[in-house]
This record gives sequence, structure tokens and C-alpha cells, in this order.
Amino acid sequence: MEKMTRVSSTISGCTMFCHLDAPANAISVCRDATQVVVAGRNIFKIYGLEEDAFVERLNLRVGRKPSLNFSCADVMWHQMEENLLATAATNGAVVTWNLARPCRNKQEQLFTEHKRTVNKVCFHPTEVNMLLSGSQDGFMKCFDLRKKESVSTFSGQSESVRDVQFSIKDYFTFAASFENGNVQLWDIRRPDRYERMFTAHTGPVFCCDWHPDDRGWLATGGRDKMVKVWDMSTNRVKEIYCVQTIASVARVKWRPERRYHLATCSMMVDHNIYVWDVRRPFIPFATFEEHRDVTTGIVWRHQHDPYFLLSGSKDSTLYQHMFKDASRPVDRANPEGLCFGLLGDLAFAAKESLMSAPQSVGDVGRKTYPGGDRRYPIFFFKKPDVTEQFAQVSSALSVFESEAGSGVGMDWFINTAQSYLLSGKPFVELCEHNAQVAKRLNRPQESTTWTMLRIMFSEPANPSLSSNHNLNKSGNLPLVNSFSMKEMSAALNERNKENRQDNLHSLETNLNNNDENEETEGSEGQAEYLFGDAELDDDDLYSMEHENQAAEEPEYLLPQEAFPLRHEIMDHPSAPEPVQEKPESPHVSGSEAESTCLTPMESFSLISVSQLLFSPHLPPKFFCPIVKEMLCYYAEQGDVQMAVSVLIVLGDRIRKEIDELTQEHWYMSYIDLLQRFELWNVSNEVIKLSTCGPIMCLNQASTTLHINCSNCKRPMSNRGWICDRCHQCASVCAVCHHVVKGLFVWCQGCSHGGHLEHMMEWLKQSRHCPAGCGHLCEYT
Amino acid sequence: MIICTKKMDYRFGTQCQFIQNQVMVNSEKERASLLCMKALANRGRLDTVSQQMASHPQYLESFLRTQHYILYMDGPLPQPYRHYIAIMAAARHHCRYLVSLHSAQFLRVGGDPLWLQGLEAAPPRLQHLDHINKVLAHQPWLTARSHIQALLKTGEQCWSLAELVQAVVLLAHCHSLCSFVFGSGSDSDSTPTPRVHHGTPPGYCLCDAANGNTAFSPPPAGPTEKAPRRRSLDSSCEVACLLEQIKKSQEEIKERKGDRLHSQTLLHADVEKEDEAVFSADPSRFVSDPEFGYQEFARREEDHFQVFRVQDYSWEDHGFSLVNRLYSDIGHLLDERFRSVASLPFPHSPDLKRAIWNYIHCIYGIRYDDYDYGEVNRLLERGLKLYIKAVACFPDARKTPLCPLSWAPVKASDKVHVNLLVMEARLQAELLYALRAITQYMIA
Repeated sequence: MEKMTRVSSTISGCTMFCHLDAPANAISVCRDATQVVVAGRNIFKIYGLEEDAFVERLNLRVGRKPSLNFSCADVMWHQMEENLLATAATNGAVVTWNLARPCRNKQEQLFTEHKRTVNKVCFHPTEVNMLLSGSQDGFMKCFDLRKKESVSTFSGQSESVRDVQFSIKDYFTFAASFENGNVQLWDIRRPDRYERMFTAHTGPVFCCDWHPDDRGWLATGGRDKMVKVWDMSTNRVKEIYCVQTIASVARVKWRPERRYHLATCSMMVDHNIYVWDVRRPFIPFATFEEHRDVTTGIVWRHQHDPYFLLSGSKDSTLYQHMFKDASRPVDRANPEGLCFGLLGDLAFAAKESLMSAPQSVGDVGRKTYPGGDRRYPIFFFKKPDVTEQFAQVSSALSVFESEAGSGVGMDWFINTAQSYLLSGKPFVELCEHNAQVAKRLNRPQESTTWTMLRIMFSEPANPSLSSNHNLNKSGNLPLVNSFSMKEMSAALNERNKENRQDNLHSLETNLNNNDENEETEGSEGQAEYLFGDAELDDDDLYSMEHENQAAEEPEYLLPQEAFPLRHEIMDHPSAPEPVQEKPESPHVSGSEAESTCLTPMESFSLISVSQLLFSPHLPPKFFCPIVKEMLCYYAEQGDVQMAVSVLIVLGDRIRKEIDELTQEHWYMSYIDLLQRFELWNVSNEVIKLSTCGPIMCLNQASTTLHINCSNCKRPMSNRGWICDRCHQCASVCAVCHHVVKGLFVWCQGCSHGGHLEHMMEWLKQSRHCPAGCGHLCEYT
Repeated sequence: MIICTKKMDYRFGTQCQFIQNQVMVNSEKERASLLCMKALANRGRLDTVSQQMASHPQYLESFLRTQHYILYMDGPLPQPYRHYIAIMAAARHHCRYLVSLHSAQFLRVGGDPLWLQGLEAAPPRLQHLDHINKVLAHQPWLTARSHIQALLKTGEQCWSLAELVQAVVLLAHCHSLCSFVFGSGSDSDSTPTPRVHHGTPPGYCLCDAANGNTAFSPPPAGPTEKAPRRRSLDSSCEVACLLEQIKKSQEEIKERKGDRLHSQTLLHADVEKEDEAVFSADPSRFVSDPEFGYQEFARREEDHFQVFRVQDYSWEDHGFSLVNRLYSDIGHLLDERFRSVASLPFPHSPDLKRAIWNYIHCIYGIRYDDYDYGEVNRLLERGLKLYIKAVACFPDARKTPLCPLSWAPVKASDKVHVNLLVMEARLQAELLYALRAITQYMIA
């Protein structure tokens, strides 16, 4: 603190700028913060920093037709030796300049060892004669300024080097960033091999900067529009913060005396300079908007003064920005949070000042919890941190509760039972249909459950199918795109743990997300991934996908043909099983084809992924324990309907996870309920679709039908169609006089009957019995 | 459409033979054939371009992906527009092959057949694009902020920035593809040939490929014509005469100004005779100002047109970010294309590859600060240089006869490799100029 006051007393100034003759590529400041050097293709000048203006001190670009050695990609002023400068030339030369030279040409040494453009030069922070360079040719060279040649060469074994930075605290260490996205750490004494390497970004890493105080922290910025902070002190390099900007990051510089602040500028499109608090990665802490073209160089004026920032730009200006003049985007932002609860409620938090507006008419069922309501113990206050310079906002929270659909009656049960589809369509469609049904019946929790099941268990390869559906049906939220698997499972866990209906919990996690930066980051990558996949499915370059989908259709049509044939001969309880597997798991046959045709696509979609923390497609197995828990939860709640429906729809996916006895128990209770409500058809379907042996047997019990001969009225004892007493054909159709094998319908009045369709046809034309008995039969 | 199906059967046959003729590592071969199968399954046909590239499967993959993305996938332009722009671009180099290919596809995606009668029949918005098309195709360094501004100027026929970027990518892609088509000799001839008899076995030029002369399967329109042209490929031609020929062809164009109208009508008459319907249309009807061609980007003009310094505006740093921002994902695809062409195994020294690349950029006025251009002269033999220049700048079978080019590579895949380098370098050059102009527009 003492040091700081000393510094700020010596440095003073205001926001000011001066015009340069040409675009700047880089700037650097001398140690005592009184002069700044600006370098570019056609400019190489030193300016003095006065109280309220820049004053040109020296033009280093001398000669009538300056050579390409003057065309600078980078410049650095030595921090120990105030007369020493180094530049990186675009033609591959590394040049040192000594301001103490008496003649006009201050060039001291010229190293032309690099074959390609040198992107970066860096002096050792404490060693006077050590200079490091990184070049497009993939090599880094270390020069001793007392010698004519480089002392050591480091080969990155990859594409061009974009940045090199000596560690401020570790004497021997430097970091190098590469065009292929890697960052390498080197020991200056060991030119044969890097100490460690990790992939920091997708695409080039344009810049890196060591934290001035924290030994292990390195900030990197890349073309993928991200700034990441890495902790190198541990065995495994860990990403600790990540800031997403709106354009590729050209430079990054830690702010002196502010542990969490760093400044960035962009390579393209965006001309502003941002200062970020890495803990608050969504909105820049401060913004400088003066430049009219991209900013190419930023540097803090003094290593211990956080209030002055110098910047050079392609628009040929050099600026000194005062921190107090910066614009603070957060002041103009309205912090808001929005979250759906699992019971279909909606919570919404916004700045109090915004919420004080009179309630509009549409606000039905809205409850407001100003500040924080003690009724909800989970609600928490974050203690304002004095060291954290961030706007504290007090927000009002409103919860829109959906009208509970918990009517006293059991209508919902009957409706649901009748509308649910349990088989006959691909898994995804079944889930979607059932979700719709539940939603229509105002049972959001069940609806969400179906949607989640769809996401969890549908093949990762064809979310397109589902997402397309989502787009078409406006009622359904495009969950697939915005939610990641990870979040899904988390939400589900939560639901299972908490029987209380405190949906506020999920809201809280959402609001809190800002702090858990890693998680947000990871999930974002995931979302992008999913999205990319979905997009790709339209791609008919790999048209196998479509063939695959087409192949599914005949598959789920199969059972419909098969069942009528089968219903007579249900001898073995296990017989329907193979048939049943098919409609529910079309992926069994499809998966091989998919996996072969998908591999190239996956590599394709990788390009848009920022970072993958885990394998993007969790295997469906992963979810089984959760689903099992969920089923048990429903069953315990008394909603055995849900448990059984899910069990049937999921089929083999979950069956093995739950022990037979429990399943049987559920089935029995559900069937019992169905029969009480006289839902015979549904109950029969459930029995048919069940896979428990004992349940299947239900339909086998008491299936014998005893009949008497229609002629002699004696019981038919033997099998076959001829009565062994009167030797007449029993059960002859009254219309066609053939023996009826199969469905026999008869009039309860005159007991004449015959083939179902014959009788129907006959009674359309005539009202009398076809047998001629004169009875007025009726078919209803 | 009809033509496609008719031709498909033997195309596939040639493709199989072609692949068999290649001396390839087994896995590579499989990869290539897999890709070809995919392309075949996708489009019902396999164009000669893909067949050529099949000798470099890893490149073919990214090429097909990019092409598919810009022609069929998400993008602001409607599909008929995309194909029409491709037609316009290919017509600039009089590439009959691409024009007919995209004409057919244009009709297939539901384009208005009227437009194919010529540029005048197209909507004015597309006509506005003609100028930038012309400039990009022949003298990309003339691309300026004002062009962009004119196109984006609000009005009834204005372009949006995203549309324009897609159009520019399409134009550059097709221009450079013309170079490849020309270099590989897949283009049909300038004079319309009688329709191919379908019974003709098409494979007989393949002997050339086998003896290493060329690797090229017959072009779609006239395999009968190829044989004599191939025969003249013996390398006895004088280098000097090539230079002359290139120059002469330029002069010829100027001379021909007068009887241009006449010849054009003649061509029209010929075309109408054909029953192959509209899409074997004469490319020149999509072209305005046909005399506009490549001119030497000379040093003396430096005061007029600044040399383009890669160090100030490079694909990696600037072009990528801009194009990816305005037309999502295309940056990654193009980046992959450039990378894969750079990483193709080249049997000669990497220096040669760099020399070729920089030479092409140099032709288009793009300079590298860190390159000694003396190396180009040291490493590239004259024949190769002439070949590159002809393929890059004059990929027009009418103006530059390909036959006397004396550069005869040892291996067929080498020639494809050089053609690929030309194509990619040209693509990048056009993109850099166009994107720089867009950047300047955005800053102002």
C-alpha cells in the first residue's frame, strides 16, 4: 500500500491521445513510466508522457528508405535497462536498440536467425542481457546480448509461436503459446524439451501473460474468443477462470495491484479495450471505447499503478486511458434471473427498482418475495465482499406458480391411462407423446420427466428428430438445445432428494451460477456440441442417417401386424418378449450403422466446441440408477401409473435394474387400479406389454370357454368343430353356413349367429335374423 | 437432371478404375473410396473434380465438406441464389463444366429457368454482384471498400452483410475451383461438341493415367476429343513459345473485340442445336465485360495499388475471425482446407511448396515480408511457373491452351497436388482481398 501511494503521487495525468503517422502494432513503456515506444510497419517512435499530452521524443525510423527491419510486429522496452529496446521485425529479424548511442541510428544488434516473421520478443525481467523471441517458423530463440548469435534454440515441434513470456517469479521458466492452441512451459536451461504442455484453446493462442503476483497463474487469450486463467502450480494444469469475449483476443494484460483483473483487446471487429474481473466473466468490469479501429497494443503504464492504461491502435492513435473515465457496463445492465421449477413454476428475479412498477393485469398467481423471505430457509444472502469492487444489486424475486392440477377426483388417472402410448412407436415419439399428454392434463412434473427420459435414453445421434419436433410444436420447450446432460441429471437428483416442493432451490443454484464458473463453461461446450450435432443431421452428405430413420419405420410397424395373429396361441408367457423388444428399442439394430457413419461427423462438429470436460455422450446406462430412484419415488408417492408406464416404455433399458418382485408389485397395483376404473382395454394392454412372468400369466388364467352344441344342446367335449353326439357341425354361420373358426357373434335373443363380419353386413340390410327365425336381432 | 442419371453409370465405372489405377496405401484407398461413395450416394453422381482429388483423400474430405456447407447448409442465401452465384463465378472463367453442373443443380433446387437465359434475366440483386465477381476473378486487388459499400447501400436491392459474405465465399470458391478444373483438364472444350453417344466406353484415355502422363478421367462432355490433345503432351514444346502464347492470347482477346458479337451468336446457335437443354448453356451469357481479364500486378503500379502485406492482414489472424463471425462455421471449414492442403505430404522439399504458394500470392499482389522472392526463381523451373500462372490466372480453355504446357510431373498425383495448391492459394488470396475490403467498410 505504501508503494502504491508513492506511485500514484508521482504519476498523474488524464485521458489523452495523440495522432501517430501510421498504424501501431505494439507499444511498450519504460520502467519509470515516463516514456512509451510505439512500433508498427511504418512507425517507430518514442513519446514522452507529459501531464496532459504526449510529446514526441525520438523517431527511431531513420534512413531515406527504411528496410524491412524497421517493420515491427512487436516491441519491448527493457525493464531494467532504460536505454535498451528490442523489436521483432516482420521479415524475421530481431533487432535491439540502444538509446544511448550517440548517432541517429540507434540500432545495436541485428539477429537474422529466424526464417519467418518474429511475432514476439521478450526481455528477461531481471537478467539484463537475456532476450527471447518467438517466430512463425515454430522456433523460440534465446539471445545473450553480449554475443552475436543466439545461445539456445527451442523447438516447439509445432506451428508458429504467437507469444513468449518469461515468468516473473521463476527465474528459469518461460511460457510460449502456439498457433495450434497449445501452451508450452520451458526451462531456459533445457532447450531439448519442454517441461509441460497443454492445450489451452481451439485455434491459435494469440497471447499469454503471467500474473504479476501469483506465481502459478497464467492468462491466455485465443482466437476462440476466450480468455482463460490457468493454475500451473499444481501437478495438472487447471483452468480456474474463463472469460468469454465477443471477438478473438489479441492481447491480455493483468492489471497491477488488482488480483483478479485483466485487460484485453481484440484482433478483429471489436475496437474496445475491456477490463475483466475474472470472477465475474459475463460483463466487463470496465470498458474503454475510444479507438476507431482495432487496438493492437495495451500496456499498463506502471507496474504498480492500476489507474493508467496505454493503448495503440490501427487507427493511428495512441491513448492514455484513465480508469476513472472508463465506462462501466454493469451500471447499465439490469441483472435478471429466470428459472423454471420442476412443478412448472417460474421464478424470476430482477432489480428491485424495475419490479416496483404497478402490477399488470396478467399477473395471476404471482407471489413476490422481496429481498429474501425467511419462510424459505434455503434462500441465502451472499455477504457483500468489500474487496470485490462490484455493483451490489438487491433484487426482487417473483414466483409464478402454476395452478396446481391436484383435483380431488381421479379424472386425471383415467385420462392419463387412456391417452398414454406405451408401445407401437419409436421410443422418442412415445416419450414426446406422453409428455404432451401429461402437460395437457396439467401435470408438469410428469411431463418434464418424460422429456428428460427422452433426452437421456434417445441415441445421441438423433436429437435432430426430437429437436425438429420441438421447433414445430410451439408448446414444447427446446430443451435439447439449451440443457446439457449434466444439468439434467443434476436437476433430477435434486427432485428425488426433496419431497418438499421448494422449487426455489433450483432457482438459487441458477442465480449462483456466476460463481461456479467452471461448470458454466463446461456445460456451454456441451450445449454447443449438441447443437452442432443436431445441425449436422440435416446434412445429407452423409445420407446414411436418413436411411437409418427410414429403417425404423417398418420396425415399429411390425408388432401391429404380429399381434392379431398371435392372440390365439399365447401358450408361453415369455413368447411376446422378442416382439416387444423391437418397438421399444429401435437403436439396437440401428446403432451399428450409426456408429460407422457418424465418426466423420463427430470430428467435424468438434470445431465449435470450446472445451469438453467429459465425454459428450453419456451412455444411457449412466442414468439408470437415477431413473430407478425416480421410479421408486413415483411408486411411493402412489403414482404407480407413472412408474409402470415408464417401465414399459423404457423396456429393456431399465428392466434389469429393478428387481422382479418390485416390478410385479407395481404391475399388480396398477392393473388393479385400472380394473377398478373399468379400464379393461388399458389393463389388458398393460398385461400384454408387461414382461414379468406372473403378470403375463394373468391373461392365461381361465381362458377356457365351454360351449354347447347348437343342435343337440349337449356340451361339446372334444376339440374340433363336429359334435360327437349328433355328428353335426356345431356353430355354423347363419349367413354362409360354414363353420365359424374365430370370432363368433350371436344374438342373445334367438341365439343365432355367425361370422362377425357376415352378421354386421347382414344386419345392415335386414333387421331380421339371418337364420330365418323371425327374431328382430340388433347389432350394437 | 436427366443427363446426370444417364451419365452416372459409367461415371461410377471410371471412378472405380481410376482408384484402382492409383498406387495408394490400402487404408488411404479405402478412405478415398468411402468418401467417393458418400458423395455418390449424396448426389447420385461423382464429379470429375472429386475423382481427381481422390488421390489426396484427407484433402478431399475437407473440400467436400466445405463445398457442401456453402452450397446446401445453413446460410442466409436461398439455394437457387447460391447456384446462380456459382454459375456467375464459373462463367467468368468460361468453365463450361461448372456452369452446366450448377445450372442443373440450380434447376433442381427450384430455380427459375428463365434466369439461365443470361445475366440480364436474373434479378437485379444478382446483377449487382457482377462487378465484384469480375474484380475478384481477375484482379482481386481492385476490390475496395466502395464496392462493398455499393452493395450494402440500403435500398430495394441491397445485400445484407451476411449474405454478401456468403456470396463472396462462394465466388472465391468457384473461381479457384475453375483453376483446378482447368488444371486437371476436366473442363469440356470451348466449342460445343456433339452429344456423347452413351454406348461409348469411356475408359480408354485411362491408359494415360496408367503410364503416368495424366491422371485424368474423361471430362463429362467429350471424351472423344481428348485423345489428340493428350498426344500433344510430349514435352518437346519450347518454353519461350508458351510465354508468347499467353501474351498472344491476351492480345487476341483485344483483337477479337470486334467480331465478338458475331462469334457469340454463333455459339448460341450451336447451343440451341443441342438437345441437352438449357444447362449446357454458353457461359458467356452470364458474363458482362468479357474483355476484363488478369493483368500483371506490376511493381510499377505500386503507387496505385499498395502491395498486400500478409503481416498486416492474414487469414489466421484477421480473415478467419471476420468470416467466421459473419457466416458461422465457415471459418473453421476453410481453415481446415488450408491446413490440410498445407499438410499434404509433398515428395519434394517443403521449401518448394512454400515457393509455389508464395508465388501464386505474389501473382495476385500479396507479399510476405519474411520471404525472399529470389527463392521462387531458384526453386521453380520455368515450365512449372508458367503452368502455375496459366492455371491461376487464365483458367480459360479458350484463351490458354493447356496442351503446350511443358511441365510434366513424374507422378500424376503431383500434378493434382500442384493444382490443389493453386486452388487454395487463389481462394485465400481472393478471400483476403474481399475480407479486407469488408473490414475497411465496417471500420468506416
